[in-house]
Amino acid sequence: MPPAIRVHQVAKRYGDVEALAGVDLEIADGEFFGLLGPNGAGKTTLISALAGLVRPDSGTLEVMGHDVQSDYRNARRMLGVVPQELVFDPFFSVRETLQIQAGYFGIAKSPARENWIDEILENLDLTSKAGANMRTLSGGMKRRVLVAQALVHRPPVIVLDEPTAGVDVELRQTLWQFIRRLNREGNTIVLTTHYLEEAESLCGRIAMLKAGRVVALDSTANLLRRCAGHSLRLRLAGGQPPPVLRERGEEKDGLWSIVFDRYEEIETLLAQLRNAGCTIDELEIGKPDLEDVFVSVMQGRLGAARP
Amino acid sequence: MSGFTTLLYKEVLRFWKVGFQTVAAPVLTAMLYLLIFSHVLESRVRVYDTVSYTAFLVPGLVMMSLLQNAFANSSSSLIQSKVTGNIVFVLLPPISYREFYGAYVLAAIVRGLVVGAGVLIATAWFAPLNFEQPLWVVVFAIIGGAVLGSLGVIAGIWADKFDQLAAFQNFLIMPLTFLSGVFYSIHSLPPFWQQVSHFNPVFYMIDGFRYGFFGRSDVSPWQSLAVVACCLGLLAALTLTMLKSGYKLRN
Ligand SMILES: Nc1ncnc2c1ncn2[C@@H]1O[C@H](COP(=O)(O)OP(=O)(O)OP(=O)(O)O)[C@@H](O)[C@H]1O
Ligand SMILES: [Mg+2]
Repeated sequence: MPPAIRVHQVAKRYGDVEALAGVDLEIADGEFFGLLGPNGAGKTTLISALAGLVRPDSGTLEVMGHDVQSDYRNARRMLGVVPQELVFDPFFSVRETLQIQAGYFGIAKSPARENWIDEILENLDLTSKAGANMRTLSGGMKRRVLVAQALVHRPPVIVLDEPTAGVDVELRQTLWQFIRRLNREGNTIVLTTHYLEEAESLCGRIAMLKAGRVVALDSTANLLRRCAGHSLRLRLAGGQPPPVLRERGEEKDGLWSIVFDRYEEIETLLAQLRNAGCTIDELEIGKPDLEDVFVSVMQGRLGAARP
Repeated sequence: MSGFTTLLYKEVLRFWKVGFQTVAAPVLTAMLYLLIFSHVLESRVRVYDTVSYTAFLVPGLVMMSLLQNAFANSSSSLIQSKVTGNIVFVLLPPISYREFYGAYVLAAIVRGLVVGAGVLIATAWFAPLNFEQPLWVVVFAIIGGAVLGSLGVIAGIWADKFDQLAAFQNFLIMPLTFLSGVFYSIHSLPPFWQQVSHFNPVFYMIDGFRYGFFGRSDVSPWQSLAVVACCLGLLAALTLTMLKSGYKLRN
């Protein structure tokens, strides 16, 4: 079984900008994969190269073992892409848009096709808008149609480039429910998003891109573990901070935070504070989240890529 | 239904849905030309001894409208899709560059034929027409539409903005179609301009098309066919090379 996506040494320049600087990536069949990175990191460029919208300067890309250039017909059939830009064809209604998109993939009109379109519309809460012209939809609804268009040919690999930008909470939940279901049913999902808590809860594995390079690649759990660890955050009732705080902690607006690796350490820390005669006003234990990991990776504080 | 037929269907549906602008408007324009020019010139110009000026003008106007609308269809569809970004919907599916070309050019021919037929029906009232050699009418209508449809694809891909497309239209397509003998027989021109007209491929399209109606023309229809077919071959090769390289569409 070939990987769902294989990216080998892909580079792409736009004038002086190195959008992709030799990216290697393999995403297994059935994964829920996150592609993260700051604005301009190269996420969309990588997705475009995968979809054949952009020709890389060098390197190769495959979808389910099909090269996106030499075997583009099969590669594209296997791939559903939700583009980042909110685009639509103002000449058609929602249903026409989906029927035409299915037709482009060589799927003739049939009860099976119409049922699937109905099912997608239902799951994306678009049924009541099926006959509406694309022009008359709100931004969030247009985004849903983009998702629907990517799914209409039942691709085994689905790539979503910031599908939740500008989408309300309710739809975000419906969308993730649907995408999770598709993932459970065996589809490979690749997601880019700037909402890191979204990526943290959905993605099993994450790649972080910075200036066209993969700077971190690991399972979400490992990434979270590799980060600075837990932190004890506390506020003192008054008096001088004891030496242990000044050595190990960081202060911000009177809130001290001390990083530790194992929960047992808390006991010693608290004992040291008690011995120094401190009164604690407020205390909480912070778990690392993906945002911490992201920030440390982007600042170059955390591990190099492990492809 | 294949990707190709769907794209063709979508392109036809696109202009048909706004038929008022894309079909009715050019038919009206052609009628206005006919009314004005035939009124002013009918008594002064006689082209071939047996053919009245109005009768001479009708096939020219039909072909001019057909050609201009074939160009407008592929070029405006492509530039709109590029500017709005919805061209990705056509670039993501497994449609080859040849199918892409074929669908856009065929749709352009269909639009040209629909408008041409509309102009013919609307203007034929004003002058008696015979179809001496209808096959030539059909052949030149289709090949001419294909040539302008291909030019439209080239212009639509090349232009990044609407004003660049307008420049292409105003500085190339309009002069070529207006200075092609729609309104006159080139035999009525001074020798120098007669020579110049022979370098205009649109002249051969109109001349050959007219031959189908009157069995008379400025040059032999076979010569016209050869010139027009060569043009189509060259433009098709150029367009396919552009599309294959992904020029402006896939980078
Ligand atoms: N068509 C283009 N022409 C010139 N430069 C481009 C083009 N497309 C992308 N770039 C540049 O390539 C780099 C990567 O862009 P890309 O869109 O891939 O980033 P991204 O990671 O998707 O960012 P975002 O999170 O903002 O969507 C950026 O510096 C961008 O300016
Ligand atoms: Mg992007």
